[in-house]
Amino acid sequence: MKERIGVYICHCGGNISDYVDVEELGKMFHAEDNVIISKDVMFACADSNQKAMVNDISENHLDAIVVASCSPKLHLHTFKNVASRAGLNPTNYVQVNIREQCSWPHSDKPREATVKAAGLIRAGINRVSHSESLDNIEIQVKRAVLVVGAGVAGMKAAIDLARLGNEVYLVEKDYFVGGRIAQADKLFMSGQKGKDIVAKLYAELKSYKNITLFTGATVEKVSGSLGNFHVDIKIKPRYIHVKADPTTVKKAMDECSIMVDDAFSFALTKRKAIYKNYAEALPDVPVVDIEALKNDTEFLSKYASSFDLTQQDEVLSLYAGSVLVTTGFDSYQPKDGEYGYKTVPNVLTLPEFNSLMELNPEQLVYNNKAIKKIAFIYCVGNRQTKGENKYCSRQCCTSAIYSSIQLKEKYKNITAFHLFRDIRTYGKQEILYEKSSKQGDIYIRWDEKEPPIVEQDGKSINIKVKDHLTSKKELEVEADMVVLVTGMVAREDSQQISEKFKIPIGNDKFFNEIHPKLKPVETVIKGVYIGGSCQGPKNISESVQSSLSAAAKINALLKGGTVSLDPVVARVNNDVCTWCGKCAEVCEYTAIRSIASGDKQIAQVNEAICTGCGICAPVCLVNAIEIAQYTDSEIESMIDGFMQKIEIRDKSSESEEVETTEVLMMKEFPQLWKNILESIDKSKKSIPQLAEELATDKEIITYHLMTMNKYSVVMADGMDEKEAYYYYKRKN
Amino acid sequence: MSNENFKPKILVFSTDKISDPGIDQAGLRKIHYSPSVYVISLPCSSGIKPRWIMRAFEKGFDGVFIAADGHECSYSPKCAEHTNNIILESQTLMKANNISPKRIRMAAICSVCAEPFSGHMDNFSRILFELGDINTEKIKYSKTNNEIKDEPKG
Ligand SMILES: Cc1cc2nc3c(=O)[nH]c(=O)nc-3n(C[C@H](O)[C@H](O)[C@H](O)COP(=O)(O)OP(=O)(O)OC[C@H]3O[C@@H](n4cnc5c(N)ncnc54)[C@H](O)[C@@H]3O)c2cc1C
Ligand code: SF4
Ligand code: SF4
Ligand code: SF4
Repeated sequence: MKERIGVYICHCGGNISDYVDVEELGKMFHAEDNVIISKDVMFACADSNQKAMVNDISENHLDAIVVASCSPKLHLHTFKNVASRAGLNPTNYVQVNIREQCSWPHSDKPREATVKAAGLIRAGINRVSHSESLDNIEIQVKRAVLVVGAGVAGMKAAIDLARLGNEVYLVEKDYFVGGRIAQADKLFMSGQKGKDIVAKLYAELKSYKNITLFTGATVEKVSGSLGNFHVDIKIKPRYIHVKADPTTVKKAMDECSIMVDDAFSFALTKRKAIYKNYAEALPDVPVVDIEALKNDTEFLSKYASSFDLTQQDEVLSLYAGSVLVTTGFDSYQPKDGEYGYKTVPNVLTLPEFNSLMELNPEQLVYNNKAIKKIAFIYCVGNRQTKGENKYCSRQCCTSAIYSSIQLKEKYKNITAFHLFRDIRTYGKQEILYEKSSKQGDIYIRWDEKEPPIVEQDGKSINIKVKDHLTSKKELEVEADMVVLVTGMVAREDSQQISEKFKIPIGNDKFFNEIHPKLKPVETVIKGVYIGGSCQGPKNISESVQSSLSAAAKINALLKGGTVSLDPVVARVNNDVCTWCGKCAEVCEYTAIRSIASGDKQIAQVNEAICTGCGICAPVCLVNAIEIAQYTDSEIESMIDGFMQKIEIRDKSSESEEVETTEVLMMKEFPQLWKNILESIDKSKKSIPQLAEELATDKEIITYHLMTMNKYSVVMADGMDEKEAYYYYKRKN
Repeated sequence: MSNENFKPKILVFSTDKISDPGIDQAGLRKIHYSPSVYVISLPCSSGIKPRWIMRAFEKGFDGVFIAADGHECSYSPKCAEHTNNIILESQTLMKANNISPKRIRMAAICSVCAEPFSGHMDNFSRILFELGDINTEKIKYSKTNNEIKDEPKG
């Protein structure tokens, strides 16, 4: 129980005291309430008051403080810091919101607002008197990072993390690195080849001794938490003997005559049963397709020294302080018959078409037909008002236009039609749109309600489309090939990854960050970050930006060797708990497990995982689990405090008089008001911004701005990025 | 029917990140609602204990309103289901104490829900006004049954 409490009640320059009798409240709480000091102050947040509070705390040996002022969203940390500076534990501080939740909404009923404020403050005093001094939870963290997925996002992040001195385990599901860009030829905006970028990144990866790359590897099991994740990874065998001579392996590869569909080229070509995704694929060790080769006993015995068919899946255990997931995206796969896909010959998706172009350096030929007229249909599998994928994939417009530009650079006499809904070549990508238009590409705009119809017409394809740019006239386009500009979708196995790491998945099935603007690479799971296109559609530079910012965050987290976490977590009363397991059942984060305690089992909370959500507390039948800072005594004493009887003098007649005189006085705007108005008319400003611009003390700006707000001259308009200050604009 | 001067007291449970900022918005925009509304903010509405709700009724609150996050909850996709279970359990306890189950309500309030919040408060105040002062409800009960049940341990 805290027995030496300090209470500070703020006027907020009139924002509170115009409606709530702050002076009266300042006199209301005494020693019998365990209140040693009670003051009404003009601006509680002002530096001068903060200093006075620090003095009060040490001189009077206060053991807890309450500030009744604005919303805790604004100044909770300000006053927690005051407590810390005075040597008081910040968890012995309670903020009471008598502005946003009292003086402002009840400005029409000042007397009742005062009664309510008294109840709110009483509740705050009760709560703080039950508060505990809690220390932050310190966690030892291992300076090692597991990066899942070696596409461009994962490789770049791995390199950065290694450069900053972290141990990196890079786990790639495929036998070769690079992800989607390894499948691409030339890429916008730089014109570099995807395979060249992969080779460059791989060389850089290999130059770091602190990066261990696992290919053909997947995450099997995850346990532990921030600082010490324990991850089992499964590595599939390549069936190449560890001591095999590379020249013999190469010879075997050349000689292999068994061919299967090549998934890497979207089955446009065949590949051998000993293969690499492409000639320069990395790591430079081929893979044996054991299913395809197993019956060719003669071949297998001829090269027996190169193969090792006894190899099995291998499971390795790794420990990492943090995890970065960069598992990328899949391309939307059209259904059979969607715009003629698989039902009309020569209808391909954009990734298939790009692969076809790469495979045909001289002449574009498909199904033995020279391709001259090509129609691109945009937004396939995306922006479906009624379908599953409501979002736009952002990069496919540019991808299609860039492919069209390359078409004309590479082949002669090509005509390209672009059947689009909207063109979203944002930023510099607009230059490509202009280039395509200038080279004579024909753009036809359709509406989602009337999509183009693709039909076979003898040896050609006929596309009927209503052109919304020329009074919805139905046009017929004849083409040799239709390219479906398919968007990005979440990886097929993203649900499994989500379950392993507990990363939330959005409606669009991509992984969810905490906040797209403020915490764009963090997940609700402490220590688990996401980057690249597994978060949602992104082009290469956007994918790399996000994975590098995750790398920077992770490095900052791990570099000190310890992490300090908020003490608001669940805790179990060991004497009462009977390990019924109900709390563990509802915990979304598997933060609770059972441990032995004496001769019984009880629940134990892993503080590093627990988010303090409190979901476990109401389900316990014996009330054995609670959340620190939200204990029964704290909450119930607040409820009691709201309802305690209070006596307040009725000063309504006096206050009315004061009001009128002030209003009259305020008709003359001081010069500072004019300057403030001039400044905020240009753009909305926060208090610190105004203080800087007008070279005036922050406290003076605060006082005047609050008064201007009080007289409806200005109004708040949103908060700054740190959510510390409101922006203000002129009120019309 | 209530006496004309009766002003129902409402305890609101809000959430730190989503519904409490919505309630702040109502204040910021000077949208009025009853001054007999008191708010306790928690991390998540799924963490409200039925015993806290019963404590509120015992101390004289006429109604309890849960300003939940709905689908926006960042802790659990099942938040609405958990919160609903808490309400059902509380209503069982309330019935056992002859408190009308209508005295508890839930709605999703988001961080910009200023008007909806004040609307809910007006509406709920009207309903509670019709139901009358919780103390008279308790007294009615004690008169007919000659006892008031203990606050249940939740
Ligand atoms: C047709 C097309 C053309 C494009 N052209 C361009 C262009 O010209 N310019 C441009 O900027 N962008 C382009 N893009 C976008 C570009 O492909 C992406 O921005 C980029 O590939 C994203 O990189 P990533 O690392 O996030 O994902 P990915 O490239 O998908 O890499 C993810 C990696 O993770 C691995 N992985 C997946 N699941 C697991 C798992 N469970 N365990 C372990 N590993 C796993 C995958 O095997 C893969 O290697 C194009 C996209 C398409 C569809
Ligand atoms: S980027 Fe273009 S093609 Fe892709 S979904 Fe968006 S509008 Fe459609
Ligand atoms: S619900 Fe309560 S009794 Fe059951 S395991 Fe959890 S803490 Fe123990
Ligand atoms: S507070 Fe939430 S995260 Fe922590 S143990 Fe309880 S349910 Fe799990």
